Amino acid sequence: MVQSIANRLISTVPILFVVSVLIFSLLYLTPGDPAQMIAGAQATQDDVERIREALGLNDPALMRYFDWLWDVLHFDFGRSVFNGRSVTELIMQRMEPTFSLMALTTLFAIVIAVPLGVLAAWRANSVVDRIVLVLSIASFSIPVFVTGYVLAYYVAFKTGLLPVQGYAFLKEGVGEWLAHLVLPSVSLGLIYVALISRITRASMLEVLSEDYIRTARAKGLLGRRILFVHALRNAANPIVTVVGVGVALLLGGAVVIESVFNIPGIGRLTVDAILRRDYPIIQGVMLLFAMIYIVVNLIIDLLYTVFDPRIRY
Amino acid sequence: MLRNPSIAIGGGIVVLMVLLALFAPYLQTIDPLSMNPLNRMKDPSSAFWFGTDAYGRDLYSRVLYGGRTSLTVGFAVAVLSTGVGLLIGLIAGYYRSLDGVVMRIMDGLMAIPAVLLAIALSALLGGSVLNVVIAIAVAESPRVVRLIRGIVLSLRERQYVEAALISGVSRSRIIVRHILPSTFAPLAVQATYVFASAMVLEAILSFIGAGIPPTTPSWGNIIAEGRQLWQIKFFIILYPALFLSLTVFAINIFGDGLRDRLDQRGDRHL
Repeated sequence: MVQSIANRLISTVPILFVVSVLIFSLLYLTPGDPAQMIAGAQATQDDVERIREALGLNDPALMRYFDWLWDVLHFDFGRSVFNGRSVTELIMQRMEPTFSLMALTTLFAIVIAVPLGVLAAWRANSVVDRIVLVLSIASFSIPVFVTGYVLAYYVAFKTGLLPVQGYAFLKEGVGEWLAHLVLPSVSLGLIYVALISRITRASMLEVLSEDYIRTARAKGLLGRRILFVHALRNAANPIVTVVGVGVALLLGGAVVIESVFNIPGIGRLTVDAILRRDYPIIQGVMLLFAMIYIVVNLIIDLLYTVFDPRIRY
Repeated sequence: MLRNPSIAIGGGIVVLMVLLALFAPYLQTIDPLSMNPLNRMKDPSSAFWFGTDAYGRDLYSRVLYGGRTSLTVGFAVAVLSTGVGLLIGLIAGYYRSLDGVVMRIMDGLMAIPAVLLAIALSALLGGSVLNVVIAIAVAESPRVVRLIRGIVLSLRERQYVEAALISGVSRSRIIVRHILPSTFAPLAVQATYVFASAMVLEAILSFIGAGIPPTTPSWGNIIAEGRQLWQIKFFIILYPALFLSLTVFAINIFGDGLRDRLDQRGDRHL
């Protein structure tokens, strides 16, 4: 088992390397000169040259990559081109809103999607099943920000039941915090619900056709007990996998939904940075998000080896 | 067709949207680009069927023309991603020496959330229809590569492929004649999902401000322009969003129908 875990850990190294190269080379895509942008329009050629030298822009690309990688490995993502503040610090300040949003969304999605998927499998091809299917395709088809605005307009703005936009930090009270996060989490969670419920349905259908389910039924066990104890546990692996893969959807969606609801999180930071071409922030956030995705999926894979001894990497 | 209503319904809606887009010049009521300060933010009426936006432009005509751009982007991304994905997937699946490197690059691309990758690429390349298509295609292609590679890996072990190899058929001929045809059905299903997903991504790029410039109306950038007025004139967001969502929904159920019909396992948004 130790060998297996080690293999799985090692397998992430090349992916992390590729991600770092991809993100670093983004800088070379744009026509503009970062030094010129920092210096501003009135800068003399000398000023621009000094900034180029100071930023190491004159060094060969390979050398710059390794310099950058060395800093990144020390959690130093550089400084914002616009206000000179440390990117690590900027990201840290905006952690709470983004991670609150993601945690609540995941919770909401799993609590809704798993029972929905189980129900759809239990009553396969019934009206309920068709409705769940249509709803899940619909949530794939509506852009997350449209859902966000529709909810903000009809649920919050029209009725005044919930705050329309903004964010309340946890220290301002759990009630306020929750009230501000309900609509963003629901809008962001719908696509996640669709994803998880469909996999739950498919996985449950497979398990429900197994012999041991028939045995359980023959023993006279109650339907609910068979579904949630015997079947769901055995159907869990694909569900957990899709929760992990779906983290990419969540991270991407957070960037969008934070703009809709004016949440001062990492997503907003990213959008602002992208519009101002603040490369160090863009690179830092992309690297962070990719790392979260890789680590979450790594943990999930490792949990499999712990819980299911048949799985080896 | 009758046994599979989702192909008929989905396909029907898509055809309708394509026709609306094609005949936009004949169906429009007012030039979609002409601004009129006197008609700013008008509610829907007999003169302005969907109302007007912040610059007094007719929303109905803009939505018609927006369909052209959005459908074009979706179609172009579907063609580009499946083409590139097919080529790379065939190579990775068949030439084992390249497989490791190619798939690590794909894993790396897929580790970055597709939305973020597309936004960053589009913003850095600069907003134009072509750059938006390229940015979305880069984000979508790795899934196609993974799908095709998986198919090739299972096919190359089949006896008829081995038999062809033993009888001296060249590798490139095996790929083209014996492996390629089997990828068409799953590729067609995947193309519909990419088409749908690309249209949603186009809207997201516009919304963030990294999409197609507003001089070329698209469903995405019409919605994006409605943002500033969303609390007072919600319909500016609502109408283009309805068209977009209905079209994407139709493409998705068409894809599902196609998948069931061809008995293929699709790899939706994962």
